Amino acid sequence: MTLAVRDLAVRFGGVTALDGVSFDVRAGTITSLIGPNGAGKTTAFNAITGYLRPSGGRVTYDDAPLTGLRPCDVARRGIVRTFQKTSVFPALTVTDNVMIGLHLRGTSGLAAILAGARRVLEEERSLRGRAGEIIALVGLEHRRDHVASALPYGEQRLVELAVALAARPRVLLLDEPAAGMTGVEKDTVSRLIRTIRGLDITVFLVEHDMRLVMGISDVVIVLNHGRVIAEGAPAEIQTHPEVIRAYLGTGGGAAGR
Amino acid sequence: MRARLPSTSLLVALAVVALTAPFWLTNPYWLHVLIMGGIFAVLALSLNLLLGYTGQLSLGHAAFFGIGAYASALTTLKLERSAWEGLALAALLAGLAGWAIGRLALKLRGAYFVLVTISFAGVISLVSVNWMELTNGPLGLPGIPAPELGPWSFRTKRAYYYLVLAAVALSYLVCRRLVGSRIGRAFLALRENEALAESVGIDVTRYLVLAAVISAAMAGVAGGLYAHYTRFVSPEVFLFTYTVTMVIMVVAGGKGTLAGPIVGALLFTALPEALREVTSWQWQMLTYGLILVLLVFFLPRGIVPTLSRLRKSP
Repeated sequence: MTLAVRDLAVRFGGVTALDGVSFDVRAGTITSLIGPNGAGKTTAFNAITGYLRPSGGRVTYDDAPLTGLRPCDVARRGIVRTFQKTSVFPALTVTDNVMIGLHLRGTSGLAAILAGARRVLEEERSLRGRAGEIIALVGLEHRRDHVASALPYGEQRLVELAVALAARPRVLLLDEPAAGMTGVEKDTVSRLIRTIRGLDITVFLVEHDMRLVMGISDVVIVLNHGRVIAEGAPAEIQTHPEVIRAYLGTGGGAAGR
Repeated sequence: MRARLPSTSLLVALAVVALTAPFWLTNPYWLHVLIMGGIFAVLALSLNLLLGYTGQLSLGHAAFFGIGAYASALTTLKLERSAWEGLALAALLAGLAGWAIGRLALKLRGAYFVLVTISFAGVISLVSVNWMELTNGPLGLPGIPAPELGPWSFRTKRAYYYLVLAAVALSYLVCRRLVGSRIGRAFLALRENEALAESVGIDVTRYLVLAAVISAAMAGVAGGLYAHYTRFVSPEVFLFTYTVTMVIMVVAGGKGTLAGPIVGALLFTALPEALREVTSWQWQMLTYGLILVLLVFFLPRGIVPTLSRLRKSP
């Protein structure tokens, strides 16, 4: 049940974004991927989840290959990601956003839907119930009938999290879940990430906020110039000479946003 | 996605009006307008599935309409089968064309998709003009029989009105069930945020093609209904004007709503006729254009969304 990345390489023309990266995200952990801006973190996410075809290397989950699969098929295997920029279904309500996230949990086919079969209605009702539970989990009950684009930024990020959770991930890839959030909101997010891990979901996150990363991670992987330069527990990473050099040498990217 | 539905009393009132229309609408000309409005309502509903829900603008929708019209006409004239079989074949062939367009346009979105659909309609139109043996070219196919059901014939306007009414009701039901289901939500997800849709496991390819097939099949049925009503089909069914009219109906009525396309279709079928009665021909199209501009300007979201918002906040 390990997400294994081996020799993953991504090149855009002459630019090497990922230069043969290898690491494991072990089941049940909170693993963080950090590194200065432009280190290749989001590129790694895109290559793992099928949004980007890697130039080399492979990704497997539970020993089954993910490389070459389309994003929707990666999601079907239980690898679900969020996006760095706020990404919701803007014109729809929070409930409808989460209902879309529940897509794979529905089984109704075209014929049954057109015939208005009773089990379709029952499935709708049970999905709606689940949507309510997930919305409650991220603490947005009071917003369930609000249109997503009308919510404040921090709450939109929570909607995003709810949509991803609805897709029943086994590994959840979070791309800067706390970016641009206030201190209080960041605390909410780190509490949520712990709750999510408690639900038997492995969490793999890219994040700039070091306090958050060091506070919740079991394993931290450091990327610089497309290579892994360190991997270990937060305490080891904080004192790792190479990591310190990478951050200070590139102009203090560790300050985050 | 819980579709906002009109209240039951409003629905019942509308049903009564629709069912009794041929009895109080004594002028046969207006009954004809109503029948054409119904055929356009099916077309607008079908276009709305693509434009309003998946967010893809198809400017070749007249092609599916025309394919349906020819398919149904030829089934009765050349194969000498019933009009019902003709309508089924119309749905099938138009659906097949929709599948091809859906596959072709997968890699193309936005302006490119629009161009592909326009070209497709252009090609099909040329085929209908030049394949003389099959389509009789620009002369068209006259003498298409009216549908018959046991002892009844749908030869009269009044009977045909009910056939079209049933088709509108069925199309509405199909749209309503789809929109309220996981399939309809997948369509909406494509319109709203494709990358996010993929990240939760929605197969963009599959749902885009599915929407195109259903939409095209519905337009094909509308074409068949048109053929058996006017009893004559010519390459004019592929005119770009038909497509533009459909887009106007969907946008003015309210895209992405269930009732919008029907309201738009009835309004924009009746409007030119009403204007013909009150103004001279020079002013007719000018007034039509002016009304359209004003509508889009003041009700940019369409008639139905504006009305339902007024009703919610009196």
